[in-house]
Amino acid sequence: MSTIETWKALLEGKNADEVVTKALVRDVELPYGAGTMALITLDNGLDHTKPNTFGPHGLLALNGALDAIAARSDLAAVGVVGKPFIFAVGADLKGAAAVSSREEALAIGQLGHHVFRRLGELGVPSFAFVNGAAMGGGLEIALHCTYRTVSSGVPAVATPECFLGLVPGWGGTQLLPRLIGPEKALKLIVENPLSQNRMIKGRDAFALGIADAMFEPADFVEESLRWAAQVLRGEVTVERADHTAADWAPVIDQARTLVDLKLRGASPAPYRALDLMALARTASRDEGFAAEDEALADLLMSDELRAGLYAFDLVQRRAKRPAGAPDRSLARPVTKVGVVGAGLMASQLALLFARRLEVPVVLTDLDQARLDKGVGYVHAEVDKLLGKGRISADQANRLKGLVTGSLTKDAFADADFVIEAVFEDLGVKQKVFAEVEEVVSETCVLATNTSSLSVTDMAAGLRHPGRVVGFHFFNPVAVLPLLEIVRGAATDDATLATAFAVGKTLKKSCVLVKDAPAFVVNRLLTRFMGEVTAAADEGTPLEVADHALDSLGLPMTPFALLQLVGPAVALHVAETMHAAFPDRFGVSENLAKLVAAGKPGLYGPDFQIDPEVRALFEGGSSPSTADDVRLRALRALAQEIRLMLDEGVVSAPQDIDLCMILGAGWPFHTGGITPYLDRTGISEEVTGSRFLEPGVASVPA
Amino acid sequence: MPASREVVFVDGVRTPFGKSGPKGLYAETRADDLVVRVIRELMRRNPGLPPERVDEVAIAATTQIGDQGLTIGRSAAVLAGLPKSVPGYAVDRMCAGAMTAVTTVAGGISFGAYDVAIAGGVEHMGRHPMGEGVDPNPRFLSEQLVDGSALVMGMTAENLHDRYPSITKERADAFAVASQEKVAKAYADGRIQRDLVPVAARKAAEGWGLATVDEAPRPGTTLEGLRTLKTPFRAHGRVTAGNASGINDGATGCIVAAEDVAGELGLTPRMRLVSYAFAGVDPEVMGIGPIPSTERALRLAGLSVDDIGLFEINEAFAVQVLAFLEHFGIADDDPRVNPYGGAIAFGHPLASSGVRLMIQLSRAFAERPDVRYGITTMCVGMGMGGTVIWENLA
Repeated sequence: MSTIETWKALLEGKNADEVVTKALVRDVELPYGAGTMALITLDNGLDHTKPNTFGPHGLLALNGALDAIAARSDLAAVGVVGKPFIFAVGADLKGAAAVSSREEALAIGQLGHHVFRRLGELGVPSFAFVNGAAMGGGLEIALHCTYRTVSSGVPAVATPECFLGLVPGWGGTQLLPRLIGPEKALKLIVENPLSQNRMIKGRDAFALGIADAMFEPADFVEESLRWAAQVLRGEVTVERADHTAADWAPVIDQARTLVDLKLRGASPAPYRALDLMALARTASRDEGFAAEDEALADLLMSDELRAGLYAFDLVQRRAKRPAGAPDRSLARPVTKVGVVGAGLMASQLALLFARRLEVPVVLTDLDQARLDKGVGYVHAEVDKLLGKGRISADQANRLKGLVTGSLTKDAFADADFVIEAVFEDLGVKQKVFAEVEEVVSETCVLATNTSSLSVTDMAAGLRHPGRVVGFHFFNPVAVLPLLEIVRGAATDDATLATAFAVGKTLKKSCVLVKDAPAFVVNRLLTRFMGEVTAAADEGTPLEVADHALDSLGLPMTPFALLQLVGPAVALHVAETMHAAFPDRFGVSENLAKLVAAGKPGLYGPDFQIDPEVRALFEGGSSPSTADDVRLRALRALAQEIRLMLDEGVVSAPQDIDLCMILGAGWPFHTGGITPYLDRTGISEEVTGSRFLEPGVASVPA
Repeated sequence: MPASREVVFVDGVRTPFGKSGPKGLYAETRADDLVVRVIRELMRRNPGLPPERVDEVAIAATTQIGDQGLTIGRSAAVLAGLPKSVPGYAVDRMCAGAMTAVTTVAGGISFGAYDVAIAGGVEHMGRHPMGEGVDPNPRFLSEQLVDGSALVMGMTAENLHDRYPSITKERADAFAVASQEKVAKAYADGRIQRDLVPVAARKAAEGWGLATVDEAPRPGTTLEGLRTLKTPFRAHGRVTAGNASGINDGATGCIVAAEDVAGELGLTPRMRLVSYAFAGVDPEVMGIGPIPSTERALRLAGLSVDDIGLFEINEAFAVQVLAFLEHFGIADDDPRVNPYGGAIAFGHPLASSGVRLMIQLSRAFAERPDVRYGITTMCVGMGMGGTVIWENLA
């Protein structure tokens, strides 16, 4: 059997539900008598909301098309173009998650190379016409071609593999740095994926030299074909710089340092990408592609990738269809919003509601000066958006007109949704809601942005307690995508459905949580920080405690997070949690001292531990090793998550992970947190069982 | 504002014309996208014309719904990337739509309302079959305002044969064969391709392709072959698919400008507007429309038919061209008439054809600098004719 037959035999039976991207071939007579081009259209037969991807069947289909093309002698060129709005967005991730052996993983890499590299090894020049989104393997198809054009309307060009836990290993690590030089390639292959998976646009791709020519979307295919004809006739010459003479080591080392700062070795993929790119300067095609095959096989069989795929699926699917949310037809329209309070949080909420819901938003406060400041904040933020060109002058006028202030709550009379953002005190909030209920309609939703108080208690005493719902945002409100929607004991379905509908319009990812102390993210972060702080209290050196969990690659260390939140807020939450669960949540005396001393955190402005703070923490007598601290914190997390699931705080571990990814920025390679606890054996050790079945977010057993 | 200015035809392009229907070139291509291609190619070919100097975009379509609706001149201008400051509108005079777009903007230019305009037309007869959505007033028939055959163009052509008994089916077929031959020769000589804008046309099941030539011409058509065709409009009639234009998809467009502004912008005008006229006739013999419209245009220009050195007459039906020629005493095979062939071979996407005639006349002018005047003329449904007389600037 030929190798292609071997791969076919190995892969063809797999992934039976692959949505196959077809390679449709049509002959095109090029302008200026430049000859015939066999133009391949990549099309999976669905509309642009289901982009072209490549699994084994799609690769084999493209291979078949290339077989037919290679057998012809009448062609001047070969072209590749996508379906409308989409070029191709890479490997079929569902298929990647189903790979069960290293042999199979290796075959996927090899088959991809075998097929794609043919585009660069035909007897005639090949042209990629990147008419729409091109990501990962999709971009690699284009890279294998001799020439590329890109549409100025393309919204996304990227190699997002490292974001998920892979490398662009169907040629990307070898071809891209040689094409555009190592610095720019590193940005695409490593830096952007590790920066919230940033993508670039068609114009940027042209500016970086990924494409040789750029045309407007209105007649992109026609102009690309015209350009191809000019290239073939020698009327247009493509000049490309040779990047292989310089020493790539310094820029790659520098990138490695940056990766280390972010990940501290927690995910192997970016490191493998760096190694492969280092190889690309001198390696032959065969050597380079073989090295990519090995890296892909290793990574496809890594738990970090599987956790990444799991996390990606949570963010892409589960976040859009929140588990347990009532039928959306129950939601009531929201045509006006009230915000109680005019402080910073209230003002941020007012801005968000006005921008996303585009309905009138009234802030109320008892103090005219505070009210003016709150409305003024919103107007200033609107002006900033205008200054950055994010909104037009008309939109700015509209938004400013939408946000007003009132000293009395009568202004809420025709509001459909009122959210309070007043001082975190149950009595105060109960009083506020009672006052609001006096003026609003019977169906107006009352939402609270509390982070730790009981939504049920807040509704007690109201005439219509069913209308109260928790609406817990994360700071900064405009940036963090998570919204914990809290169902109190009395919250009715219409209220809950309205809350989910509003959350979706606010472009937040909503997770339904039970009315339990601190809900999900704050509860887990507090528990986790409590253990690290306790270790410090016991005498563990502060640096050791703070860096004990570096190997997880979290976005910041525990004490950096403490600094961000502020010691006073952290202490307040710790006390609340201690009151609820005294056995598991302690209150650090040193933290109280830190607050009393008015320190902003443990670190001074020089990013070193403040000596006075160090002195505050002295006196502990049983220091732990970093390993001990790490295990202690992780075990505490496992215990707390098990308890939360048993209490029904959320419906599944998936929701815990979604909350930690979107609310705390915990990384994909830990899958949020439960996949990490499972794969390190901590869940079983602490709770007697895994949170997720093997294969869900790990390599199948 | 100048009271009256000379108006010139600067440049014109068109898409290749496709055959309508599921197998046609543009079966899955939108009509507005065809117009967009034309506008963009006009702008590309005339870099001296700053886009913001286009003062109007007038685009004709007979069926103005769906992708031919939404005030297609304006919507196509926006889609083509012209500045939002450039206005546009839609025109309808059925087959003479693009011709009317040209004469209307020309009137505006002459009056001083515009300096430069884009005028053209489109008809995707596959997506919009003739008569789609029409709702004729019952009074037409009850009060015998028109004959029952008036709305079926093939029947009006049969009626025209009745009016001109000397125009036999054999003469019509011979004219049709000649039209095919002239188109084949014009293609062979490269006289057509230079004004075609290639269109990337995608079909879901086949992927992207590129339309570069007209789909309808049938080179090698013979009299014998035509003789066997059916006469669908009348038993033992004379009008067949072979001596009539087909059902087609396509778009055309041209740049029309005040002569002084064209000079200022460094544009090269090809012909100057001399006069134009439209005329009405009995709808059931709409094919004779070009006769009164041409007589009127000649009178307005102070010219006689003998002054006309080139004729581009739309070949909706061979009989209607032959009636015109017979009326003016011109031979069926006069070389001044449709030298590159006509709609019987190229096809006739209704509202677009008027500008195709102008493109071809301007090219024929260039080859015949000795000719001073030429006309473009066509018959129009509901009983009309349109004629534009042009002066050669080559």
